[in-house]
Amino acid sequence: MNAVSVRGLRKSYGSAEAVRGIDFEIRTGEVFGLLGPNGAGKTTTIEILEGYRERSGGDVEVLGVDPQRGGRAWRERLGVVLQSSSLYPNLTVRETVRTFGGYYERPRDVDEVVELIGLAEKAGSRVRTLSGGQKRRLDLGLALVGDPELIFLDEPTTGFDPGARRTAWETIRNLRSLGKTILLTTHYLDEAEQLADRVAVLRAGEIVREGKPSELTAASALTEIRFRRNGTVVVERTPEPTQRLHELIHEFGGTEIEGLEVRRPTLEDVYLELTE
Amino acid sequence: MTLWLHEFRTEQLLFWRNREAAFFTFLLPVIFFLIFGSVYGKDFIKREHVKASYFLEAGMIGYGVAATCFAGLGISLVVRRESGVLKRIRATPLPPATYILGVLGSTFVVFLIEAALIMGIGRVLFSVPVPRALLSLLFVLALGALAFAAMGLGITGFVRSAEGSSAVINAVYLPMAIISGTFFTPATYPGFLKAIANVLPLTHYTKITRDVMLHNQPFWTDGGSIAVVLAWGAIGAVCAVWRFRWQPREA
Repeated sequence: MNAVSVRGLRKSYGSAEAVRGIDFEIRTGEVFGLLGPNGAGKTTTIEILEGYRERSGGDVEVLGVDPQRGGRAWRERLGVVLQSSSLYPNLTVRETVRTFGGYYERPRDVDEVVELIGLAEKAGSRVRTLSGGQKRRLDLGLALVGDPELIFLDEPTTGFDPGARRTAWETIRNLRSLGKTILLTTHYLDEAEQLADRVAVLRAGEIVREGKPSELTAASALTEIRFRRNGTVVVERTPEPTQRLHELIHEFGGTEIEGLEVRRPTLEDVYLELTE
Repeated sequence: MTLWLHEFRTEQLLFWRNREAAFFTFLLPVIFFLIFGSVYGKDFIKREHVKASYFLEAGMIGYGVAATCFAGLGISLVVRRESGVLKRIRATPLPPATYILGVLGSTFVVFLIEAALIMGIGRVLFSVPVPRALLSLLFVLALGALAFAAMGLGITGFVRSAEGSSAVINAVYLPMAIISGTFFTPATYPGFLKAIANVLPLTHYTKITRDVMLHNQPFWTDGGSIAVVLAWGAIGAVCAVWRFRWQPREA
């Protein structure tokens, strides 16, 4: 059963094509990462799935419903974190969660949500006094308060410090273990690598690669070997690293090879290769 | 209904928490009444055959409806739209109509409290009698609230940024409040100002309030003025349907 299925999705603004016919499917219970540089069409795609924008072409189903016709019952099953934080500055954290919880038929317990997003100590503080990262966590809390099946996260950790990102990742992993389906856009590769079961890389409105993070890195078969020869750094890329190392060991006559590094390509390398 | 009540409560909390908005839309008409009432409340306005404080009290109801239902409502919705709150709310199961009705209900209650406060102050400090035609008074308050709220919703589509919202909307309603004669009688205005005043909804609304509050006439006495106020309300409603947006302007 697919939570989301997208076929031949197109979106143009005037003569500019932001999304040029993409296909992907998100299985129930999966974390799917939509990866790409700014302007690749990530937000356009996610906002079409959320029902904010009308598509120019193609078929889209989200939880079995066309988002352009999604009604109240459909919205009960969705959680949304928009790209920019949008909150009432004069409400407290707890009041904000309670307000949004009230829009759902079966909301989660307010204090439980505040606890889950790690803002228990700030529960009585006004939103205007929160840091950017704390506001972002509150955004996540509002996406969870209706206990949704499917959660859209548009760059959920942009602007977080490393500690806050790890905490957010932990929360997202917990959601996954509860059986939630998650669509995540990000331009942080480590985030996609850490969280996503599968990723699609978008470039200029097209999906240029799709698969498990490990498959993506495997698909780029070149391994990088770095070392120093007579003091200068040499970088080589090879499909046969073991063979090449043999040669190098032979060349250096068994002495220590200075600055030797052998590195599998990271998702970042693949990503840069694909998007540049 | 439960949902509406939930939204209404939230809106009340939001309104009274926002000190600036509460001051400018709720308290300012009350303060102006206190100041101007003390300055010239005892004068007698021959043309209207009433004490100026009576005249001013009815005018301040008109100023109050423009401040709360038009300016306050319009500004807060533009700010919410541009900060992305309206967009965020659309992602929840809350029906858009319930949301708007919650906002309107809360705005009307704020205006009712303001009107009661103005009449209370008038009674206690300036010995203005409480209007006798209470049912007509209620109709007048409801007419003003609905018409000016429709204009408040209608203007949001013409204001582009949150930063500019209070500037633009204040630039519309403050001169309107003065020209419409909420503070002074427009009868003594020079011709061109009178001509402008004659097309403004607040002029006609203030006239209706004065008919009911000062002269104890039933509210339908001046059908022409009611028609002008309703027409402006209708224009506002059409603009609201035509241009109201939930999403911020694209960056």
